[in-house]
Amino acid sequence: MIQAVLTAEARTPGAARLHAALMELKYEFIRLMRTRAYSLSVLGFPLMFYLLFGIGQRSSAAAQYVIAGYSCFGLGSACLFGIGLGIAFERAQGWLELKWASPMPRLVYLAAKMAASATFALIVMGLLIGLGVTAGRAHVSLAQAAELAGILLVGSIPFTALGLLVALIAPPKAAAGIINLVYIPVSFASGFWMPMRMLPHWLQAAAPALPTYHLGRLALGVFGLASGKHALEHWLVLASCSVLMFAAAWITFVRSEAKSP
Amino acid sequence: MSATAPAIPAAAPPAPLARLREVTKRYGQLAALDRFSLTLRRGEVTALLGPNGAGKTTAVRLLLGLTRPDAGAAEVLGRDPRSSAARTAIGAMLQVANAPDTLSVREQIELFRSYYPRPLATAELLNRTGLAALERQRFGTLSGGQKQRVLFALAICGDPEVVFLDEPTVGLDIQTRRQVWSEVRALAAAGKAVLLTTHYLEEADALAHRIVLIERGRVVRAGTPHEIKHSIAARRIRCRTRLTAAVLRELPTVTGVEADRDGVVIFAHEPEQVLREMLPLDETIGDLEVSAASLEDAFLALTHTS
Repeated sequence: MIQAVLTAEARTPGAARLHAALMELKYEFIRLMRTRAYSLSVLGFPLMFYLLFGIGQRSSAAAQYVIAGYSCFGLGSACLFGIGLGIAFERAQGWLELKWASPMPRLVYLAAKMAASATFALIVMGLLIGLGVTAGRAHVSLAQAAELAGILLVGSIPFTALGLLVALIAPPKAAAGIINLVYIPVSFASGFWMPMRMLPHWLQAAAPALPTYHLGRLALGVFGLASGKHALEHWLVLASCSVLMFAAAWITFVRSEAKSP
Repeated sequence: MSATAPAIPAAAPPAPLARLREVTKRYGQLAALDRFSLTLRRGEVTALLGPNGAGKTTAVRLLLGLTRPDAGAAEVLGRDPRSSAARTAIGAMLQVANAPDTLSVREQIELFRSYYPRPLATAELLNRTGLAALERQRFGTLSGGQKQRVLFALAICGDPEVVFLDEPTVGLDIQTRRQVWSEVRALAAAGKAVLLTTHYLEEADALAHRIVLIERGRVVRAGTPHEIKHSIAARRIRCRTRLTAAVLRELPTVTGVEADRDGVVIFAHEPEQVLREMLPLDETIGDLEVSAASLEDAFLALTHTS
């Protein structure tokens, strides 16, 4: 079916856009997969941490916690490095400008990067659940897996916005360092690594200011492991953060356009 | 109706496919382009020449819809360059430091083909650009010249009406450069409008139907390579002489004098007259050469960057 769309030569404008979008997604995914620094670290780190800290958990709840937490961590790294670093690099090399000058549908560029990164996040989740169910003591129903996948997919939107902002603000050569420097502590403070109650009190108090914290709560909620606020509140925080970051990215982009000769 | 239709004059210039009309573009205080006009016609190669910072890139970016003019208008096929009809009629080879290097030559081409409604066949593109043997190689493993050929393939893959080539032969060996030249000529012969920016004046001389010399955002001179060369002193005299530059400048039809290693170069409209007056003044004149001014001479004379 997809192949039919990909190979059709005479296309209506709608089909042509779909074709371009599928090609962009296909090659973005291939590009990321072949970039070993990306695929190995995005897929490898969550798995390694799961083997270190998750596999020995005695209770199903603890194993589920690690699956939810590391899936969120995987989503963040997939998007920040795939989108943030990807766009920063392509912009610095002049590649983005060449694509911009082509008839490539504008939104397709960002959407393909988002979808390719989200696909990596889903692979991470699948691998974690597979490990947790087979080698660990986690119980994950199909419905829970589907719900977690849905949360990760929607969660890729704020991370895409953040990645875009990083790509526009950070100097390209420093982007990887900046992402690591910010993301590792933020994911720790958001409860991706260990339950919030094990974190220092001041960090527990500050965490709700982080959008990642709210994503973590939603993911943990799938397994009934998030206490407190209603899910809607978390979604609202994520939605408003996305809007703010996209707006900031847009303003930054327009300003840089006006300056560049 | 048909009886009243005006006949097209035999010498009508080819139809314009893209143009900048009286465009001004400012970056802060600096006017990158100042009421600059440019017309790209079907079947013509237009070379945009000028020193660095003259506004060449800004002109190209305006026609590609990458930036908007502060005043005046940019048009491709009579439309805003940002419109999708204009975009699908444009192909561009820009100066790119690098492309995603994990995709193969064929994959890069397939991806760019997908952006256009009626792309050229991949096999044809690979053959025309001499990339057939490299189609499975990843971009990152290609030499500089091979990368340039891929970028050229991406520029023409959509079979566009207007092709922008920004320094297309930088880093190419002579043989590959000649190949690109013949491809550029083929584009013009196929009725495309080509805009070429280049630092190689020889390239502009060899390829361009029209040259537009630009400096500080304004057109300094526009015309055929022949006209440009003849718009400055038509000939140059090189020799060793005892006469000072001040004396030489006073001679009839002389437009410029430059020191050149152990001799001088004199630009003049009538070299015969100049020599007739020089010979009695200096009996030691030696190593005399008279030649037509090159495009390089014209360029330097017209843009004041000797």
